[in-house]
Amino acid sequence: MERIPILKMGDSLLVSIQVDMHDRLAMTLQDDLTARISESRARGVLIDISALEIVDSFIGRMLANIAAMARVLDARTVLVGMRPAVAITLVELGLSLPGVSTALNIERGMELIGRGIARSGTNGRSPR
Amino acid sequence: MAVLRDETRPVRTGEDVVSVRQLVREWCVAAGFGLVDQTKMVTAASEIARNTVLYGGGGTVRLEALNDGAKRGVRLVFEDQGPGIADVEQALKDGFTSAGGLGLGLGGARRLVNDFAIDSRPGQGTKVTIARWK
Repeated sequence: MERIPILKMGDSLLVSIQVDMHDRLAMTLQDDLTARISESRARGVLIDISALEIVDSFIGRMLANIAAMARVLDARTVLVGMRPAVAITLVELGLSLPGVSTALNIERGMELIGRGIARSGTNGRSPR
Repeated sequence: MAVLRDETRPVRTGEDVVSVRQLVREWCVAAGFGLVDQTKMVTAASEIARNTVLYGGGGTVRLEALNDGAKRGVRLVFEDQGPGIADVEQALKDGFTSAGGLGLGLGGARRLVNDFAIDSRPGQGTKVTIARWK
């Protein structure tokens, strides 16, 4: 079955979406990521969407769901690389991606995740 | 207004929705649309195509390249023989959904295009026409 690979780097999971996803593939990614966060005890999830030419309401909902599920599992989600035309279209579509942090590129996204982990590490939860 | 060319494609599966997105992108590029206009039209097409599959039980889309004086455009006509929409006004509201979507599909798609028309009656299927002009 077709799948989008999930890579582990330190405390974080990395996903780079390189294909035009049909809805079933998007749902599979959502399920796979949630399982991997729990298995790997990841603290951050970085999703690179720089290759995505559109984000419609279904893909947007999938991204928001991933962020919500990750949050419940104590991991932070950062979306990176959104194309400007996609951002303009998303806003006009009325999609606000609640609970999803964004960064311009992977480097800044990793920084954001690192800061989140450092903060929660000194805030009641021991770092892993 | 002249229709320069047209083509009809099936919209029955999730894979068809992806093919429609790619085809609409090609037609928008051919019509000379800029990147933002292309993205808006492809996104609107994706929303309507998904509705055709999920709610309409599958159907077809007719793509048309349009020429109106100096203006060029792309028109898409999605048709299905599904159960139809009882309350079209309600379906166009952002909060309305009946298959677990965000309820942004129709209303959102309408905001992304220049022309939008919907013709649907219970038991008669649904026809959604969208167009965007350069």
